[in-house]
Amino acid sequence: MAHVTFKGGVFPHKRKRFTREKVLEEYFPKGDLVYPLLQHVGGMAVPVVSPGERVLEGQLIAKASGDISAPVHASVSGTVKAVEPRMTVSGKMIPSIVVENDGQYEKISAPEMRPWQEMEAGEKLRRIREAGIVGMGGAGFPTHIKLAVQNPKKIKYVIVNGTECEPYMTGDYRRMVEEPEKLVEGLEIVLSLFERAVGVLALEDNKRDAITALQLAVRKESRMEIRVFETKYPQGAERMLIYSVTGMEIDSTRLPADAGCIVLNVETVCAVRRALAEGLPLTQRALTVTGKALKNPKNLLVRLGTSFAELPDAAGGFLKEPKKFVCGGPMRGTALPDLNVPVEKTSAGLLCMSKDYVFKPSACIRCGACAEVCPIHLLPARLSELAVEEKEEEFRRMHGMECLGCGSCSYVCPARKALAPSIQGMRRKLLAQGKR
Amino acid sequence: MEERKYAWTFPHVKGTMSTANVMRMVLAALLPAAVFGIVHFGLRALLHMVICMITCMLTEFVFEAFADRPLAVTDCSAAVTGLLLSMMLPVGAPLWYGILGGVFAIAVMKMAFGGIGKNRLNPALCGYCLLLLLFSDTMRNYSFGDFGSSTLLGQFLQGTVVDPFPMILGNTNGGIGQTSSIAILAGAVLLLAFGIIRLRIPAAAAIAFVATLFLFGGRGFDQLYFTTQLCGGGFLLGIWFMAVDYVTSPITKNGQILYGLLIGVLAAALRLRGIEEAVVYAVLVGNLAVPLIEKITVPRAFGQQRLVKVHNEKHGGAA
Repeated sequence: MAHVTFKGGVFPHKRKRFTREKVLEEYFPKGDLVYPLLQHVGGMAVPVVSPGERVLEGQLIAKASGDISAPVHASVSGTVKAVEPRMTVSGKMIPSIVVENDGQYEKISAPEMRPWQEMEAGEKLRRIREAGIVGMGGAGFPTHIKLAVQNPKKIKYVIVNGTECEPYMTGDYRRMVEEPEKLVEGLEIVLSLFERAVGVLALEDNKRDAITALQLAVRKESRMEIRVFETKYPQGAERMLIYSVTGMEIDSTRLPADAGCIVLNVETVCAVRRALAEGLPLTQRALTVTGKALKNPKNLLVRLGTSFAELPDAAGGFLKEPKKFVCGGPMRGTALPDLNVPVEKTSAGLLCMSKDYVFKPSACIRCGACAEVCPIHLLPARLSELAVEEKEEEFRRMHGMECLGCGSCSYVCPARKALAPSIQGMRRKLLAQGKR
Repeated sequence: MEERKYAWTFPHVKGTMSTANVMRMVLAALLPAAVFGIVHFGLRALLHMVICMITCMLTEFVFEAFADRPLAVTDCSAAVTGLLLSMMLPVGAPLWYGILGGVFAIAVMKMAFGGIGKNRLNPALCGYCLLLLLFSDTMRNYSFGDFGSSTLLGQFLQGTVVDPFPMILGNTNGGIGQTSSIAILAGAVLLLAFGIIRLRIPAAAAIAFVATLFLFGGRGFDQLYFTTQLCGGGFLLGIWFMAVDYVTSPITKNGQILYGLLIGVLAAALRLRGIEEAVVYAVLVGNLAVPLIEKITVPRAFGQQRLVKVHNEKHGGAA
C-alpha cells in the first residue's frame, strides 16, 4: 500500500479509543432548541416562522437569502418561542430561532419525490440547496454552490474526506463502519453530477474497520476507489488531501475545482443521500462527545440546535472535573467558555478535557520546528513576528496569506508560542481589507 | 488574564517538546564527551565544567533578576553554553578563565542582545574566542601528562608526520571535551535520535570541508590526512554542537544546507592557512551570514507556481 502524502504535518496522540467502538446513538434533546440563522458561509437565513407558531420536525423555519446561503429546518416538533440573538460556538451573538420541544417528534410529511436516478442535475442541486446542506467538516460552505461548477466535465475526482485527522473525533469513522452502503449511495448521487469523475473514498491508515467495510460496499462500483493515506495531521485539510489524491498543489486562491476535484466530508455526503433518497432536510448530525473528563464518551446522532450543555450528561456525566470544553477536535476546535451554545451544522464534537494546558509562551529559540512541520512550507516563527509587528507587506511577501491555520506549528513549538492563531489573525485582517 | 488568552486559542493540545526539554537533551548528548574528558583529564576537567556552567547560569540569573526580565535561566540554555565553553578549554588553563569566558558569553553575547533567541553569535564560541585573543599562549598550551603543549593536529599543521589514531578514541591532548571523536559522534547520534537536530547542517559542513581539502589540500585521497583534519581542532564538536545551535543557524531548510556548506568551506580554507581553531571562526562567520542566508532561501509556498506536479501515475496509492 503506497502512502503518497504531503511534506510536513504532525502526529498528535489520536485518542480515538474512547469512542471508536461506540455505536452511533440517537439523542433526544431535553431543553429548548436554538437554530442560529448563520451556520454557514454566506448570507444569513431569513426566518419564515414567528413566535407562537407550531413547527414540525423537518419544517423549514428560515429560508436562504440569496444564492450563497442555506436554509434552516426545525429538528423537533414544538413551538417557536423567540427569534433573538443567541450566543454561538463562534463566540458571537447571532440571531437565532428558539423552539420549545414538545417531545412528540412529529415529522412534516416528506414531499413527493421521484427516485434520484431519474432526476436532472438541476433538480438534484435544488434539492441539496433546499435541504440546507453545507460542508459539515467545519467549513460550512453551502454544498450546492460547491457542486455547481462551471464545467462539470472537468471534474475528475469526487473525494469523500474520511480522513478524520483530528484527534478524538470518531463520528465520520462510525458513519463509515456502520452505514458504508449509505455513504456509497451518497457518493453515487454526487458522481451522477460529474460524468467523468472517479469517486475517491480517502481514509487514514488507522481506520482498518472502515476500510474493510467500505471495500465491501464499493466492490460492485466501477467508478469508486478507496485510497488510504498516512495517519498524519492535517491529512484532511482540503488542499493537503487534493495533493495526496492527485499530486496537484493548489494555493489558497484556487478552488478544488481548479484541480479537477470536489472534496466533501463524510457527514456531508450522508446528508446529501438523506436529502435525495429520503427527502429529508439536514436536521441532525453525528457528533462525538468525548474526553478524559467524561464517564462514558459516546458517538451521538444529535439534532441540530441541541444545547452543548446537555451532552456531557448524555455521555454519563463527568468522571473528573472538566477544565476545558472544545467544540470539535483539539487541534482546530473552538474552546467554549460556556456550554450554553447550540450544536450547529459544522459541530463535529464536544471534547471535555480534564487538563487545561495554559500555554505560557517563552522566547522563540529559532529551532525551526514550525518550518519543519508546516504543510505549506511557510516560516511560521517569522510570520508570527511579522503579524505581531503588523508588517503587512513583508507578511504577504513571505506567503503569510497561504496559511491553512492547521495549528501544526503551535503544536510543535517548544517555546509554546501561539504561532498559528497570530498568523491567522493577521491573515483574516488582511482578507477583510481585501488585500491578498 | 494574559495567560488565559493563550489557553483559548487553538490548538488545545501540545507536543511534549519544550525549550527546557531541548536543552536537557543537548546536555545529555554532551555527556559522552564530557564524561570521557573527566576520565581522561581527571577531576580538574570536572572543575572547569562546573565553574563554567555555574558562571553562565548565575550570570543569566543575575541579569534577568536585575533587568526585571522573565526568569528564563531555568530553561538550562545557559548550562549548555557553560558546558560547551568548558569543553573547548585546555585542561591546564587557569580556573578563572571559565569565569571570564562565561560572563562574557552570557552577559555580553547573549543577554545584551536580548536574551535567549536574540543573539546573533554563538555565546560559547564567543567566550572561547575572547579567551583565545587575550591569552593565546595559555589557551594553545595543551600540555597534559606525557603530552606536549601542541596537539596532534597542531604538529601536523606544522608539517610533522603524525599518527592520527589516538584522536579517534581520544587518548591525546586537546580541549577537555574535544579529544574523543567517538564520544562526540555518540553524542551526535543521540541528538539525531532525540530529534533535536537534522543532518542538514553537519552533513553539509563535513562534505564541504572534505571536498575543499580534497581540491586544495594537495594530498588527494590520503586517509590519514582527512582523519587528522576531521578529528582534530574541535571540528566535530564544532559542526555537531556549535553550528547546529538553533538560535544562530538558519530556520529555512535550504538555508541550513547553504550555511553548512559555508562553514565547511571556510573551516577548510582556514585550516589550509594553518589555523588550528578554524572551525570556531568558520561557525562565527556562518552565524553572521544567517540573516542573509535566510533572506535568500525563503521556501516556495505549497501550491505556488507549480499547479501540476504529477506523482500520481508513479505511486497510485489504491488500497
